[in-house]
Amino acid sequence: MSERNTTTIPSTPRLTRFPGSAAAILLLLLSQAASTAVAQAAGEYRTVAVADPYLELHTGPGVGFPIFHVIDRGETVEIIMRRTDWFKVRGPKGTEGWVDRAQMERTLQPTGSQIEFAQANQQDFTDAKWEFGLLAGDFGGANIISLYGGYSLNPNVSIEVWGSQILGNFSNGWMGSVNVVHETWPEWRFSPFFTLGAGVIHTEPKSTIVQGEDRTDQIAHAGAGFRFYATRRFILRAEYKSYVVFTSRDDNEEVEEWKVGFAFFF
Amino acid sequence: MESWFRLLFLVLPALAFGLSGCAATKNLFGWGDSETPPPAEIPEGQIIEMEVQRREIKEPDIDSEDFEIGAFVGVMSIEDFGSNVVYGVRLAYHVTEGFFVEGSVGQTEGGLTSFEILSGGAPLLSDSERQLTYYNLNVGYNILPGEGFVGEGRAYNTALYVSAGLGSTRFAGDDRFSVNFGAGYRFLLSDSIALHVDFRDHLFDIDLLGEEKTVHNLEGSFGITVFF
Repeated sequence: MSERNTTTIPSTPRLTRFPGSAAAILLLLLSQAASTAVAQAAGEYRTVAVADPYLELHTGPGVGFPIFHVIDRGETVEIIMRRTDWFKVRGPKGTEGWVDRAQMERTLQPTGSQIEFAQANQQDFTDAKWEFGLLAGDFGGANIISLYGGYSLNPNVSIEVWGSQILGNFSNGWMGSVNVVHETWPEWRFSPFFTLGAGVIHTEPKSTIVQGEDRTDQIAHAGAGFRFYATRRFILRAEYKSYVVFTSRDDNEEVEEWKVGFAFFF
Repeated sequence: MESWFRLLFLVLPALAFGLSGCAATKNLFGWGDSETPPPAEIPEGQIIEMEVQRREIKEPDIDSEDFEIGAFVGVMSIEDFGSNVVYGVRLAYHVTEGFFVEGSVGQTEGGLTSFEILSGGAPLLSDSERQLTYYNLNVGYNILPGEGFVGEGRAYNTALYVSAGLGSTRFAGDDRFSVNFGAGYRFLLSDSIALHVDFRDHLFDIDLLGEEKTVHNLEGSFGITVFF
């Protein structure tokens, strides 16, 4: 709040002639701000006014932490930080505590309009562009751990890049692939999909097995699965894929894979 | 405390009054049923209908601290190979106030087995094969969140958490699928800095000493993390 602004208040011009008048103006402004439930954002933090009868301050970011302080309607609080669905606020007397999102949504911005906090929902689940996840399961009898990143071209079609580590009894290896994924009903909470892809697989026999050598082969696969919107940015995902490994031998190998895991969208 | 109760009793009737249709309260704070007045008839001669649009700030710039990164150091026992210092790094994302997902990477070194010491023969593994490196991807839950009190005037937020997950362990020349589970205690020095004490068991199958068996590798560590 600069002094230049304060002089524009018509009722206070005389005060500017006295030393220390800035503080007096500030006080006047503060009382005015409180009385109209409108506050200018002071400092680096966003300021909101309490619109509920009172705002409950917990000692920590969780439902179990006790309420140790309340801030009355009309008073302003600064939002210092957010952790999951909890906001750390500072009250007019400098008291700091944690408030849950439901109560924070019933506070007012300096413009008098209601505040909205970014919260991922099922609509974002359908529309989100980026998705990152982790799945684990069975790859032809071996264990497999996979990480993937996906980009949605539109709500129905997305492209995914996968990297997997395969840990078997006789051989280990890794696999990388690029997939195209089609979701038929992307707006459903339980959303099934089909996928096609291609990539490479590298296998190396375990050190306790004498014969055998490292191999790198091309692969192609088709699969199906589902994504389930759990909460916030969290998705559960399960899928089946059928792989064809184009080996340098006469026959191609076929491998079945089952995986479950979770993912986040952004 | 008493004054709060007094305020509460003053405020509650005010709320009731507001809900029962006090238009002034509604206009002042913007809550309650939004009774939109019927559109006023445009007076004769006025040709421009004014449309006032309120600017909504949808995403305020609030520092969101859901990620936690840090390092840990401790002691890890490798079954048959003795105990040694373990150190590593950990990254967690707090999904809700209860659940978090966590990735960690750690490294330790195996000593000599009792057999190697007693027989005095050739060692089972080379030095590089004795290095144990693991990565884990875990899901955790803050099972007992609470506060810890130091003296009269200080309170710190804490949480007892459990976590379990899977990953890969490289030991004795091979990568091995491993599962781990454990529990830890998080002590928040401030809102952004936390101390951890963590115990977990890493399990994997190994066939180094003849037949294949599942080994338990216990780890106890002390860590420090920063929320960002």
